[in-house]
Amino acid sequence: MNYSIALRTIIVKEIFRFVRIWPQTLLPPAITTALYFLIFGKLIGDRIGLVNGVSYMDYIVPGVILMSVISHSYANVVSSFYSTKFQRNIEEILVAPVPNWVILAGYISGGIIRGLLVGTVVALISMLFADIVINNVYIVLSIAILTATVFSLAGFINAILAESFDDISIIPNFVLTPLSYLGGVFYSVDMLPPLWQTLSKGNPILYMINAFRYGLIGVSDINIELAYLMTGGFITFLTLISLVLLYKGIGLKN
Amino acid sequence: MKALSIRNLQKTYNNGFEALKGIDLDVEEGDFFALLGPNGAGKSTAIGIISSLVNSSSGSVSIFGHNVKTDVVKAKSCLGVVPQEINFNQFDTVKSIVLNQAGYYGMPRKLALQRMELCLKQMDLWDKRDSVSRRLSGGMKRRVMIARAMVHAPKLLILDEPTAGVDIEIRRSMWQMMQTLNENGTTIILTTHYLEEAESLCRNIAIIDQGKIIENSDMPSLLARMHIEHFVLDLLQPLLEAPSIPGYQLELITPKVLSVAVPKERGINQLFIQLNALNIQVSSLKNKTNRLEQLFMDLIDTQVGDVAL
Repeated sequence: MNYSIALRTIIVKEIFRFVRIWPQTLLPPAITTALYFLIFGKLIGDRIGLVNGVSYMDYIVPGVILMSVISHSYANVVSSFYSTKFQRNIEEILVAPVPNWVILAGYISGGIIRGLLVGTVVALISMLFADIVINNVYIVLSIAILTATVFSLAGFINAILAESFDDISIIPNFVLTPLSYLGGVFYSVDMLPPLWQTLSKGNPILYMINAFRYGLIGVSDINIELAYLMTGGFITFLTLISLVLLYKGIGLKN
Repeated sequence: MKALSIRNLQKTYNNGFEALKGIDLDVEEGDFFALLGPNGAGKSTAIGIISSLVNSSSGSVSIFGHNVKTDVVKAKSCLGVVPQEINFNQFDTVKSIVLNQAGYYGMPRKLALQRMELCLKQMDLWDKRDSVSRRLSGGMKRRVMIARAMVHAPKLLILDEPTAGVDIEIRRSMWQMMQTLNENGTTIILTTHYLEEAESLCRNIAIIDQGKIIENSDMPSLLARMHIEHFVLDLLQPLLEAPSIPGYQLELITPKVLSVAVPKERGINQLFIQLNALNIQVSSLKNKTNRLEQLFMDLIDTQVGDVAL
């Protein structure tokens, strides 16, 4: 059996889904981030001066891009898979000979692609406000892909366990958004009091944002290797959980 | 070759409800098989387990000799399922629903396009291929589900109440379509609440109630077991009261409509002779209820009686 066709079918279906509703999926991040750059970067940033040796506008660009990647890769998978489950069209896939890893890989790929597409849109908007020369393109791409993978997986697990539409908005609103804002998007952790610096280091998003910032502008509050290690660990852990949930049919089968 | 073989299948849900209490069932290749039962009897649970949408508690299910747990790919490739409720993405076009399903079965694009065209034409949906599915009528949506289930040319097709809620014209065209599929070699298992549908289409039948198979035989043998048939006679002249004819139970429903219970051993000829003798003219005759429906109710009532005891 040729599983690549089933995988491609799921990925193409996912891409069509978010492209078809582009005013809901691709346009809002462009507007929101343009406002971030204008208000925080331009109007307030000019008064803040340099942060870790770079202008405030340059400093926030990587965090804003990655924050968009995080929220959109998560949102894509959680909303798409939960809707599929809610409308019961997941049964189309479950009755077919599609292995669990193909289901997972298909939906996660959709989340990664949307996350990277939104990240690219935000990066293009940032070019109107900042003049950034990429420090290391490999780090930029690898961290963006790995981060999108982590949050697509998290979104998948949320969708499987969710029993109502309320359940798919709790994590983005009450966990992801606070962790993103407290992950050093708009500030350096060095600017925080010692206690908050220590607490911040328990936030995985801090590592991802700083590694991405290092790739983009060569500035970071943390060790890059640690960021890779942590992201890799999360991907392994969340993949295993997702596969176990699919194998047991939790939330999908009676 | 058995299209479907079920052995000691049991399902107990997490809340303790025993939906299936160890059923055994065989469906031969090429059969048109009716799986009947009242609501909550366990039909949908059994279909869910066969189609891998419900985990069984114990027992085994094989489709054309392939176990659904140990030989999943081959078992699933032989099976097409048309569920009771609409379960496709209603924002997708008819074409993409069927093509996506072909993709899940690993069908190359060129072949998928050919099969999609064939199935949509068979279901008289080719003109609607670019329509968004939520804009279709109820009958068309059901046909989309059948086209989707048929796209990978399954050898066994399970139709779970495919004609529920559709008008008589569409129902009859769907009967015709199901018969054609069966004549072309597809084994069909049909669940329905329209017992007239099961009686006219199916060759073999199983009745499930309270998680157990209470009847499993061919349709003629089952119908032959009826001891009494109920008829309604339309009369040419009105009567004041029901006549008394030994061996038959007669009841006057309206002055010109007579209901009669005919014991099988007596037959209907004697009744007409007696009515003639009484100068009662009959203009038409029909079954009071569908024969299978009568038998079905008798079997279910017996089960309820057993439980009550």
